Amino acid sequence: MTTRTPMIEMRSVSKHFGSVIALSDISMQVYSGEVMCLLGDNGAGKSTLIKTLSGVHQPTLGEMLLDGKPARFKSPAYALDAGIATVFQDLAMVPLMSITRNFFMGREPTVGWGPLKRIDWKYADRVAKEEMAKIGIDVRDPSQPVGTLSGGERQCVAIARAVYFGAKVLILDEPTSALGVKQASVVLRYIAKARADGLAVIFITHNVHHAYPVADAFTLLSRGGSLGSFRKEEVSREEVLNMMAGGAELESLDAELAEFQRGDKAKKASLAEQDTQPSNETSSTEPPSPRTASGY
Amino acid sequence: MSSTESKQPVTPATAPQDERIQRVSLWKRALNRPELGALAGAVLVLSFFIVASSGTGMFTPAGIINFLEVAAQLGIIATAAALLMIGGEFDLSIGSMIGLAGILIAIPAVEYGWPLWAAILLAFSCAALVGWINGNLVNKTGLPSFIVTLGFLFILRGLAIGISRLLTGRTQVGGVQAHIPGDWFAALFSGEVATGLFTWMAANGWMATNFAGNPVVSGIPVSIVWWLGLTALATWVLLCTPYGNWIFASGGDANAARNSGVPVHRVKISLFMFTAFSATIFACIQVMDTGSADTIRGMLKELEAIIAVVIGGALLTGGYGSAIGAALGALIFGMVQMGIFYTGVNTDWFQVFLGVMLLVAVLFNNYMRKKAMEAK
Repeated sequence: MTTRTPMIEMRSVSKHFGSVIALSDISMQVYSGEVMCLLGDNGAGKSTLIKTLSGVHQPTLGEMLLDGKPARFKSPAYALDAGIATVFQDLAMVPLMSITRNFFMGREPTVGWGPLKRIDWKYADRVAKEEMAKIGIDVRDPSQPVGTLSGGERQCVAIARAVYFGAKVLILDEPTSALGVKQASVVLRYIAKARADGLAVIFITHNVHHAYPVADAFTLLSRGGSLGSFRKEEVSREEVLNMMAGGAELESLDAELAEFQRGDKAKKASLAEQDTQPSNETSSTEPPSPRTASGY
Repeated sequence: MSSTESKQPVTPATAPQDERIQRVSLWKRALNRPELGALAGAVLVLSFFIVASSGTGMFTPAGIINFLEVAAQLGIIATAAALLMIGGEFDLSIGSMIGLAGILIAIPAVEYGWPLWAAILLAFSCAALVGWINGNLVNKTGLPSFIVTLGFLFILRGLAIGISRLLTGRTQVGGVQAHIPGDWFAALFSGEVATGLFTWMAANGWMATNFAGNPVVSGIPVSIVWWLGLTALATWVLLCTPYGNWIFASGGDANAARNSGVPVHRVKISLFMFTAFSATIFACIQVMDTGSADTIRGMLKELEAIIAVVIGGALLTGGYGSAIGAALGALIFGMVQMGIFYTGVNTDWFQVFLGVMLLVAVLFNNYMRKKAMEAK
């Protein structure tokens, strides 16, 4: 592992906005074919970090290396040209435009020449449909507006677009945060697929349950600093969760929950007692439900 | 990444026929086109006046050319306004630009003896500059184009009056007609086309002739040709070119477009330049037609253009609309304006009708867009 060159590497990167230190001394390596999960609570600096990676911000201190070579991006366009594609939370999609129009927005395939140069719709529609099919989303009609797709499908269009246009590094900003369980799993499966295709994926989330199954490594951010990077082999899900949320807070939450549960159980017990007293038949029609009693 | 052979085709993952696709009828497909409402409206207005104005001469060849010419003049600026509105912006300075362009053509030609083509080129250059300033102000300041171009509505009108009064002492300049013959550039904006066809039709008895034996309609006014040509061009640009995709993207979500590499600022500047150009084309045709320029020409034309565009199905917020719709909107406008005249209804009611139609069109469009956003 150590002999490989990271696809993208940050070395002691700091970012200051005036007197505010948004990032301090962040180091991180992401290899091709790996998923790096960037975890952190709100305000931990996740957004600043990805904006620095994608060229929106320039680091105040430190340097970034792309494939071993120092890289400095003046704007998102430079980062994009270098192969760093970022799927922001707004997805850069226009809901009223068709899937195909969105997929090729800004990079339309053309046929013909001179003033007769025109979009190759046949090719564009086919590619959009195929790329979506690759990730298991069967687009019925690529000319339907993106607004008719579900959140997960839109997310996948955005990712598929980034991958199709030759991204080497894929940065995903909270791709699963607004999604239901089923849709999130579609996106996660696709992330795993992108990794298998040899992309370096940086996956920003604060949902450890989404992060853990697909991640190869974790970097934890807290208050602008890094708590360190860990390989998946080194840490368990609970440890990650603990570090991320701050163990103390979770412990106190646990204690509180336990308190609720005790109250719950007591209530259930007293109710059950009342029920059993008038007649035995009613209690037999209502089997005791351990699931509600334990309150999972 | 624009070449077609950049990626190998992948295995077709789905069978060609998907059981979840039901055959979408032509009608349902048509419902998703922005210009449907305008088409329905045009048919409605047409049939209304065919009945209401029967026997009045509205639908004789001369009458048809008459209302088509009204529609054409509006349609020329409506086409440009449609592209701009799809691109997410307004231009309220179109009307004033018409007045200014007319002055810029007439004064050099009549007062200073410029050849007409040079005067027309001057007007187009100034229009380009105005559009460029409009676009840059909107881009750089982030102000709504409504405000920026409202400023230019007054600035340009004031300039037209000021320049005209300063140089000629009047606000009207006549006598352009004498300069038209032999001017190759002015010929593009004056006269009629297909005159031979109409003479031939009259000779064969397919068209009525007047007392001198000439056909009642001597040809198709050049404005109609411009209108149809610009509509076709704008439709092609919107539906078939990358630039058209950028217009939709810029209007639909400028931020998303920028993040995807669309040069949003350049798109908007070019669209503002196009509206100023279209105003100048309008002015050219009008000046050649009447032989004079007047500083108050084109008043309220910017609003009429917006009405035509909105009736044509475009969204005021951008990202949705069509040039064909704008042409249909202009057609409705022309038919109503001339139809009210022919049917003998007091023309005072024209504006009431116009306002009601605008509201109905907007409500209908909102409804249709909601429909389009639902899964089909």
